[in-house]
Amino acid sequence: MFKKTLFVLIGLLVVVSPVAAKNSNSIQIKGSDTMVNLGQAWAERYMEENPGDFVAVTGGGSGTGIAALINSTCDIAECSRSMKKEEIKLAESKGVEPVEHIVGLDGIAVVVNPKNPVSNLTVDQLRAIFMGAIKNWKEVGGEDKIIVLLSREVNSGTHVFFKEHILRRGNEKGPEEFAPGALLMSSSQAIADEVAQNQNAIGYYGMGYISPKQKVISVAKDDNSEYVAPTTEGVVKGRYPISRPLYLYLNGQAQGAVKKFLDFVFSKEGQEIVVKTDFVPVK
Amino acid sequence: MRKLKEFVIEKLILICGLASIFFVVLIFLFLTKEGLSVFGSVTPLNFLLGKSWYPISMPAQLGILPLIFGTLMVTLGAAIISIPIGVACAVYIAEIAPLKIKEILKAGIELLAAIPSVVLGFIGMVTLVPWVKSTFNLPTGLTALSGSIILAFMAMPTIVSVAEDALYSVPKSYKEGAYALGATHWQTIYRVLLPAASSGIVAAIMLGIGRVIGETMAVMMITGNAAVIPQSILVPVRTLTATIAAEMGEAVVGSEHYFALFAIGVVLFIMSFIVNVTADLFLHKRD
Repeated sequence: MFKKTLFVLIGLLVVVSPVAAKNSNSIQIKGSDTMVNLGQAWAERYMEENPGDFVAVTGGGSGTGIAALINSTCDIAECSRSMKKEEIKLAESKGVEPVEHIVGLDGIAVVVNPKNPVSNLTVDQLRAIFMGAIKNWKEVGGEDKIIVLLSREVNSGTHVFFKEHILRRGNEKGPEEFAPGALLMSSSQAIADEVAQNQNAIGYYGMGYISPKQKVISVAKDDNSEYVAPTTEGVVKGRYPISRPLYLYLNGQAQGAVKKFLDFVFSKEGQEIVVKTDFVPVK
Repeated sequence: MRKLKEFVIEKLILICGLASIFFVVLIFLFLTKEGLSVFGSVTPLNFLLGKSWYPISMPAQLGILPLIFGTLMVTLGAAIISIPIGVACAVYIAEIAPLKIKEILKAGIELLAAIPSVVLGFIGMVTLVPWVKSTFNLPTGLTALSGSIILAFMAMPTIVSVAEDALYSVPKSYKEGAYALGATHWQTIYRVLLPAASSGIVAAIMLGIGRVIGETMAVMMITGNAAVIPQSILVPVRTLTATIAAEMGEAVVGSEHYFALFAIGVVLFIMSFIVNVTADLFLHKRD
């Protein structure tokens, strides 16, 4: 019985797979974990409207998406940071010409457990916390508890952005690093889960992951500025200090199904999906 | 005609037999070739004994000592938990359990071996990690201990089934001799069977540990992945395997980060090779 089922399954695979592979209207999207929900929402709506097309979305990190674009294993790379010079050079050496499209904006939310009394921090305090100079919550007005740092893995665009803009204050090549004791989590969801259950934890991720299980920290540029929460309004007006553009990278100018998808992303409907997934639209 | 058929089949089987060795050699050569390239930018001593792992910084810091200690700490913890339980379980199944319970236990252990590691990691994340945090009053439950406990579950099936085989293969006459001399059941197990099966049991332990060293997914999910040299088992660690898995997707092909990850692969290969050879030596000591 089991053997028979197995044979049927293998038979089906053999028959079906060439059909799936031949379908020229399939689009592979890969990259940023921050944007994976957004990409998925776009893909679902787009496929409803274009039943003949197939869009596959996977996460893994911005670096993963760029690597895939360079190796021509995806059509569109989702990125929560811009491509580095070295990456563009490498892409060109492999005959790939990356074209950048900004499709939305994202505030990076700093979150703590709802039971944590701390709710305001300055950029300098954040920097000291994530570099390991401030180790106890009482130094920033909280309880006498050790701070547990949650960061993303190095393949994450959010990790790189946070390091370059908070730790290194915008100087990309600066010497500052995350404290070696920072826990590197494999996804934004993992950070959200750990913050939800750990009273000592502090983490960061794209605004899209904010939920009532975490408390969002309001951030001020410096001691004299106001504390701003990462809301759509705060990001659009540039008042929230930690925000960044979200990119789609394509190889060359968009054609065929990829162009149709890109047009959809920039359409009114596509940009409404940006708002629905808690990001900030560009149009 | 019959002879030709025999000949062809024999040679085919020979090729299949050689294929696995051939692949191992190929994999090792590829690993070494890619891995050794990292020593163009970092000396072997700084690579193995360096204390900071910041692979994407400029210039990159590629010291894997914290990762090696992370792997050793998790493995040691898993060994301490799984060896006594595993060996005791094997003794119970081989010697004491009535037939019915024996069947149930063996099926259960096989089932344990069949659980995918990502599932164990997930269960660990939502149940074990909070438990470790509150029990030991730690700032976080994502620690080497959590990894050790989950990995002990993964090593146990191997240890139990190989150790049980070793106990079975002790000649019956040994046991009968012990009984004839007036030894009790427990004395027979403790003084006769266990020593007689010791080489097989050591091999079982080694194979179990081999599995633990190479395990990736579960440890990546629950050990916290902080690259610091652990001072105790109750702090987060980053293992060699988790580092490769987490960073391979990002590393640009041909960069020093990429080569460093291959070099970590070589270190892992050598570690599990040593463990497997030790297991083999003990297995063959019996013959």
